[in-house]
Order: sequence, then structure tokens, then C-alpha cells
Amino acid sequence: MSDIPEEASGIVKKFLYVNRKAPHGTIYALESLEVVLIGAAFEQDVSLAFLDDGVFQLVKGQDTADIGVKNFSPTYRALGDFEVTKLYVEKESLAERGLSKDDLMEIMYEDEDDDWEEKPSIKLVNRTELAAVMAGQDVILSF
Amino acid sequence: MKFGIVVNEGPYTHQAADTAYQFTKAVLEKGHEVYRVFFYHDGVNVGTRMTVPPQDERHIQRNWSELGEKYKLDMVVCIAAAQRRGIMDENEAKRQGLDGDNIAPGFRISGLGQLIEAGIQADRLVTFGD
Amino acid sequence: MSILHTVNKSPFEKQTLNSCIAHALDGDAILMVEDGVYGAIDGTAAATQLAANKNISIYALGPDLNARGLGEAKLVSGLTIVDYNGFVDLAVEHDKTQSWL
Repeated sequence: MSDIPEEASGIVKKFLYVNRKAPHGTIYALESLEVVLIGAAFEQDVSLAFLDDGVFQLVKGQDTADIGVKNFSPTYRALGDFEVTKLYVEKESLAERGLSKDDLMEIMYEDEDDDWEEKPSIKLVNRTELAAVMAGQDVILSF
Repeated sequence: MKFGIVVNEGPYTHQAADTAYQFTKAVLEKGHEVYRVFFYHDGVNVGTRMTVPPQDERHIQRNWSELGEKYKLDMVVCIAAAQRRGIMDENEAKRQGLDGDNIAPGFRISGLGQLIEAGIQADRLVTFGD
Repeated sequence: MSILHTVNKSPFEKQTLNSCIAHALDGDAILMVEDGVYGAIDGTAAATQLAANKNISIYALGPDLNARGLGEAKLVSGLTIVDYNGFVDLAVEHDKTQSWL
């Protein structure tokens, strides 16, 4: 398959994946995550933004057994292994939905530049900060 | 300028595949280049040749196939999304032991890496979806 | 560095336009397409929101307005109507596009 980066090598762009949809009701969250995982092989500067209903993707304790669909939420916790370590979660979106940081999964990564210290991947940002994150990107992919 | 186009919804239910078509056509007619059109999510359903809309309606797949032919577009259907939704080319149908393929002229099936590559290579990536 | 934002949802059904406006910065542009063009109707809450952001340019796709029977008289002032060629020009003028799907 042509998932192996070829001519693209050498160029590093800032990619932002914007997640604004809740999981399970539609396939967007799952298929967005699949893009992030494949994209990791291209060694780009990747960030993920979770805002609006997208914050529901990171809620802990998801159990899909009784709806008969695969629970892909544990995959977010593995993102660190793919060197995807910047997950921006919007504070206002959480608050509007009656959520706080404690309702979210703990997602960690090992920082290779800091003696492999474990650090949280989730960065809580307010709306203004998230707008600045968006403005600083080269490519924005929204699903 | 080099454009990448992403189509995330199937034909007829949503307008997205139509808007993407009109946009891509305008891009090309203005003399810009289209690096790739990538069909993802239900957008892969644009790439089946088995659609037969009423004669007085637009034929979304054929419109894309003709645009692709005219401008030699690289129109890629995501393999993972396509397999879920039953869009197959000859090789893939054989590999899966299926009795036929349905991919439309001008479309090819490939991996998600093609989307990332379009993001890297194109000057602008524009997404159409729902 | 500026963003062309596209919105394709009616503001009467979804919060998409609100969310887009809340994240757009000075110098950005918002283009309403498909059902998003219902956000261009004057005298609504969405129109008030749009008008409050003086430094963001607001556009609507003409073919989608026409398809939905929205004549210019119905539209919020300060809005620019573009066709698909204009959509392409906007995508060229701004360094990146964010689709608020």
C-alpha cells in the first residue's frame, strides 16, 4: 500500500486535526483517529483539538459492549506511542457540557527530551488560546 | 497554486460531494492545479459506478469521472473506509474473495497515507463534508 | 497568516456558526455554504453575532443562496456574495481553510 511516505520526506508541516463530534453516534471520531494513527508515520508536527461535542470523545468509562460497536476510546491513550502528544481540549466546551478534566481519560506520553519523564498529553486551553493554536497551523483537517 | 480536495460525504444525501465538484471544477478552470482528490468516510460511495440516478438528475459519479479524465486528476478512495462500505476494485475484490468490483473510471483505491501526503504536498487542503 | 472558515450548517439547527465565529480571528474570513447560507438572513441572532465581528469578512455562496430562495434583500448587510470562482479566490488569499463540519 502507499502508506509509506516517499516524496513527502523532508517537509514538516503543522497538522491540526479538529474533533468537534461525539463518538459512537457517527463514525467521524473513529475514522479521524485512524487518520491520526496513519499520519504519525509521516513525522509531521501533529496536534489534535477537541472542542464542542468533540470533548465527549475523551470521556473516561466508555463501554460500548451493549451497543455492539467497537470501543476505540482506549486508542487515545496509545497516541503517545505514536508521538502524538499535543491534545488541546477546550475548557469552555467542557464547562458547557457539565464536564471537568476529571471526567476525561488520563492520557500520558514519555518525553524523550526530558529523560522519558511521563507527562500529560491533554492540554486544557481556553477558547482564545485554541483560536491561536488554529491560527498557527499549516494544515487543518476537520471531520 | 496546488490544491488538495477532501470529500467526506457520499452522493445525494448531502450536498458536500456536489459543492466539492463545483469547487474543484472552478479550481481547475482558473488554472490552478489539483494535487489529489481524496474520498473518505461515506465520500467513498461517490466512487461506485453502480449508481443510476433518474435521467433528469445530475450523475455525481460520472461528473467526477469526466472531470478526472479531462484534467487527469488523481482521485483516491480510502481503502479502509471503502472496505467498510463495499467499494472494491478488481484486485481488492479478488483479495477479499468477492464476486465483483464496482469502482468507477478514474478512481483508485489506496491508503490513508495519500490524504496526509496531499496535506504535505498541496498549498491548500479544502475539506467538504457534513 | 489567516484562515478561511467555511460553515455549511444552518444556525437554526446547529451551533456550528457560533463556534466558528468564536474561534475566528481578525483578518479571517467566514464563508457560508450549503445550508450554512441560512446564517446570512438579516434580523436573526446569527446575523447580530456576525455583525458584531467587524474585522472578520463575511461571505456567502451565491449559488446556495439562489437555490434556497434567499434574495439579497433578505440578507444581513456587510456580506459579500461570491460564486465558486470567488470561493477558490478566498481559499488562495488565506493560508489555510478550516471547514466547520
